[in-house]
Amino acid sequence: MVYIFVGIAGILGALSRYYLGLSISTGWQHDFPFATLAINLIGCFVLSWLTMYISRLNILHPYLVTGIGTGFIGSFTTFSTFSVETVKLIHASHWGVALLYVLSSLWGGLFMSWLGFKVGDSFFKKQTQRTLRSKGGQNS
Amino acid sequence: MIGNPALLVAIGGFFGAISRFGISNWFKTRYPSSFPIGTLLINLLGSFLLGYIIGKGIDKSWQLLFGTGFMGAFTTFSTFKLESIQLHANKKWKVLALYLGISYTFGILLAFLGMKLGDIL
Repeated sequence: MVYIFVGIAGILGALSRYYLGLSISTGWQHDFPFATLAINLIGCFVLSWLTMYISRLNILHPYLVTGIGTGFIGSFTTFSTFSVETVKLIHASHWGVALLYVLSSLWGGLFMSWLGFKVGDSFFKKQTQRTLRSKGGQNS
Repeated sequence: MIGNPALLVAIGGFFGAISRFGISNWFKTRYPSSFPIGTLLINLLGSFLLGYIIGKGIDKSWQLLFGTGFMGAFTTFSTFKLESIQLHANKKWKVLALYLGISYTFGILLAFLGMKLGDIL
């Protein structure tokens, strides 16, 4: 059953990547593959935030959390396109752009995941403190 | 083959996401380790196969189905980075360096090999 959730969310993730990629590419006329990078960086932040906040709150069914995280965000972001785009840049002898692409994907991705991780964790801590305080208030 | 682009991407995305989920679950139960072997193999295999598809220069609609849809959804960037940050949080620096190094080096290398092979065959 959880596979169906992942599959349907995968459809939405792939379609969002396709259409967002198309709309970014039409307004972007440079060699640098900005569309894939933007999609991947957004996905990194959202997946970490979701994992550190929403999934720990237990407000959504675990199947739904797996569907959104693994299915939607997992399919929205992509690694294969990144690899192929890098090879194409090297083929075209755009060495500087290729290097910039790899480095911004490497460090940008780590930074966005780290940021999502920290923001999600602080949201979660604030939420649990608020819950504890309200429970404490009821007891006194 | 011709078809609605959205439908092709959707069908590919459905099977790509399910395949990734199945393979990564299989590795997690079979080889439980701090090294995210499932995601790594999926990303490397997907880079090679997408390279092959592009190198082969197949029809646009097949590219939407297998490339943008399936391989795009099969491979993942967000999980790769989340796992990296979790390794960082658990202070597993060596595993983290190995994971990042292998993913980038072999991902690009395999995409290159795939494109070459697709071009020749």
